[in-house]
Amino acid sequence: MNFWDYIGNRHQQLLADAYQHASAVFQCMVVATLVGVLIGVVSYRSEWAGNLATLTTSTILTIPALAMIGLLIPIVGLGVAPTVIALTLYGLLPIVRNSIVGLRGVDPALIDAAKGIGMSRIARLVKVELPLAWPPILTGIRVSTQMLMGIAAIAAYASGPGLGNEIFRGIASLGSKNALNQVLAGTLGIIILALIFDAVYVLVGRLTIPRGIRV
Amino acid sequence: MSETSTETGTGTAETPASTTGATIELENLTKRYPGNSDPAVDSVNMEIKAGELVVFVGPSGCGKSTTLKMINRLIEPTSGRIRIDGEDVTDMDPVKLRRKIGYAIQSSGLFPHMTVAQNIALVPKMIGWSKSKTKARVEEMLDLVGLDPAEFHGRYPRQLSGGQQQRVGVARALAADPPVLLMDEPFGAVDPITRDHLQDELIRLQRELHKTIVFVTHDFDEAIKLGDRIVVLRERSHIAQFDTPEAILTNPADDFVSGFVGAGAALKRLNLTRVRDVEITEYPTVNVDDPLQDIFNKLRAAQTNELLLLDKRGRPYKWLRRGDLMRARGSLARAGTLVHDTVTRDATLRDALEAVLTDNAGRVAVTGHRGVYEGVVDMETLMNSVHELLEADRQDAVEHQHELEDQRSLQTHQAQEGPGGEAEV
Repeated sequence: MNFWDYIGNRHQQLLADAYQHASAVFQCMVVATLVGVLIGVVSYRSEWAGNLATLTTSTILTIPALAMIGLLIPIVGLGVAPTVIALTLYGLLPIVRNSIVGLRGVDPALIDAAKGIGMSRIARLVKVELPLAWPPILTGIRVSTQMLMGIAAIAAYASGPGLGNEIFRGIASLGSKNALNQVLAGTLGIIILALIFDAVYVLVGRLTIPRGIRV
Repeated sequence: MSETSTETGTGTAETPASTTGATIELENLTKRYPGNSDPAVDSVNMEIKAGELVVFVGPSGCGKSTTLKMINRLIEPTSGRIRIDGEDVTDMDPVKLRRKIGYAIQSSGLFPHMTVAQNIALVPKMIGWSKSKTKARVEEMLDLVGLDPAEFHGRYPRQLSGGQQQRVGVARALAADPPVLLMDEPFGAVDPITRDHLQDELIRLQRELHKTIVFVTHDFDEAIKLGDRIVVLRERSHIAQFDTPEAILTNPADDFVSGFVGAGAALKRLNLTRVRDVEITEYPTVNVDDPLQDIFNKLRAAQTNELLLLDKRGRPYKWLRRGDLMRARGSLARAGTLVHDTVTRDATLRDALEAVLTDNAGRVAVTGHRGVYEGVVDMETLMNSVHELLEADRQDAVEHQHELEDQRSLQTHQAQEGPGGEAEV
C-alpha cells in the first residue's frame, strides 16, 4: 500500500485526528493568550515582576514535553486534561514576553498625553496601551501556536487527542507495512495545520491591527 | 469603553459659545523628589489672569515643565495649592481635573492607531457628549486649526506632516472647550518655518478664543512672540522676572535675565525698525552716460575716495574707486565692483545690517521706486540709530518702572490706610 492509498483509506480517521489536533491547539491558545496577556498587564510596570514572569514562563518551556506530560498523568490522569494543561503552559512564554515588551515599548510621551487629556488608568490600558502593543502580542501568539502544533503530537502519549496518535501508532509498529505511512501522515498533517493557522493569523492581523500602526 | 456617561441630555449638534479663560493661581507650589535634598520646584507663587497667554521660559532643567505639569497634576505637588478660577483643585480627582484642562505636548502626542477624528473626539466622548455633537465639534476644531475636515478627518497621524500633527494636537486639546490650555514645548520638534506658521496660528486662535494659556519653551524668541506676559525662570523654578515682553527686553530684572535675553535684545530691536526711520546719507554719484573726464574730475574732487556709478535708469550699478579707472585703462565696462545688494526704505534695519556686513566697504545703497537710487546707509549710521533706539527704550523702561513703583506704593498705601479710613466713616 503506498502513501496515497493509505491516505485514501484512512482519510476519515485522519480528518478526525486533524480536527481534534487543531481544536486542542486552538482552545489552549485562547486560554494561553488570556492568561499570558493578563500576566503581562499585571507585571509590565515593575521591573522585577516583568522579569519574574518572563523567567518563570521560560523555565516552564525548558521542561521536556514528554516529561511534563508524564509528570501530569499521576496528578490529573490520562486524556484531555494533561494535554490542555501542558499545552497552555508551553504556550505562555512567547505571549507573556511579547506582551511585556509591547506594553513597555509604548512611547512614554503617548502615556503622558493620555494622562494629560484625562484618561483613567483602565481607559489608558484599553484604548491606548493594548492597541499599540497588539502587533507584538499577535506575533507572540503566532509563535506560540506554531510551537504548540508540534508539542501537541506528544499528547498522544497520555492518550490525548490529535495527530500524535498516528505518529505514535506508526512508531509502535515500526517495521510493519503501514508504519512509515502513519508517521508521515501525522507529521504532514501537523505541518499543513500549522500553515493554515499561520495564514489565519496573517488575516487576523490585517483585520485587527489599525491602519495607522500597520507596518 | 469603561467611561461612565455624564450626558445631561442636551446633546444637540449645537455647540455652546466657547468658554473663555479662567484664572490660575499657584501658591507656594513645591515639588520634592525623594532622595534629592533640593526641591525640583521651590515654592512658586504666581497669578495668571483669565484669558492671558503666559510663557514659562528658562534654561533646560529649570523646572518649567515640572511646574506646568503640576497645574494639571500630571506631577503631584509635594506642597502648596493650585487654584483654577478660584476653585482649589489640589485635592480634586486628577482625571476629572485634566478633562477641564487642555494639554498639548511636543511631537503632538497623537495616538497613532486612531484617526485624526478619533483623536480629537477622545475628550468630548469621555465627558459624555452625544455622537452628533462630538462629530460636529471635530469638524469645527479641524476648521479652527486650519485643516480641511473632509480631507483630514479619516487620516492617521503618520499620514500628516509634523506641522499638521501639531495642529491636530492643539485641536484635540481644545476639543472639549476647556478654559485653560497647557502647552509643553509644543512647537519644539518642527522645522523653523513651520514653527513660525504655528506660532502665527496660535496667536490668531488666542485672539478668537481668549483661553488662559500656559506655554513652556526654552526659546526666548518664541516667548517674546507669543507671550502676553513672560515668566523667566531660573533653577528650581524661581521666578527671575514676570513681566511683559517689552519690559523684559528693555529692562531685565537682573544679570540672569539679561543673560537669557542676551545680545538678542539689540538685534530684536533692529527687526522692529525700518530703513525709512533712520538717516539716509547722500553719496557722490555719476551716470554711465557721463563723459569719462567728468567722472575723473568728480572722483578727484569727492571727499570719499569712491563714487557710485548709476546705470541709464538711475539704478545703482557699480562702486568706483579712485584707482579703478586707471587700472581698467579708462574703460567703464571693466572698472569698479558691481553692486550686488540694495535695500528699500521698507527693509528692516536687520536686513540693512546684513547687507552692510556682507559688503566689504560697509555700506549699502538704498533704492526707491523701480530700483532707483535714493541714498546710502552705512555702518556708522546704523550704529548711531541703534544706540538712539536702545537709549529711548531704556528711558521708556525707567518710566514704566517708576509708574509701577508709584502704583505699588499707592496700593500699599491704600492697603495700610484703607481699613482705617473706612473705620472713620
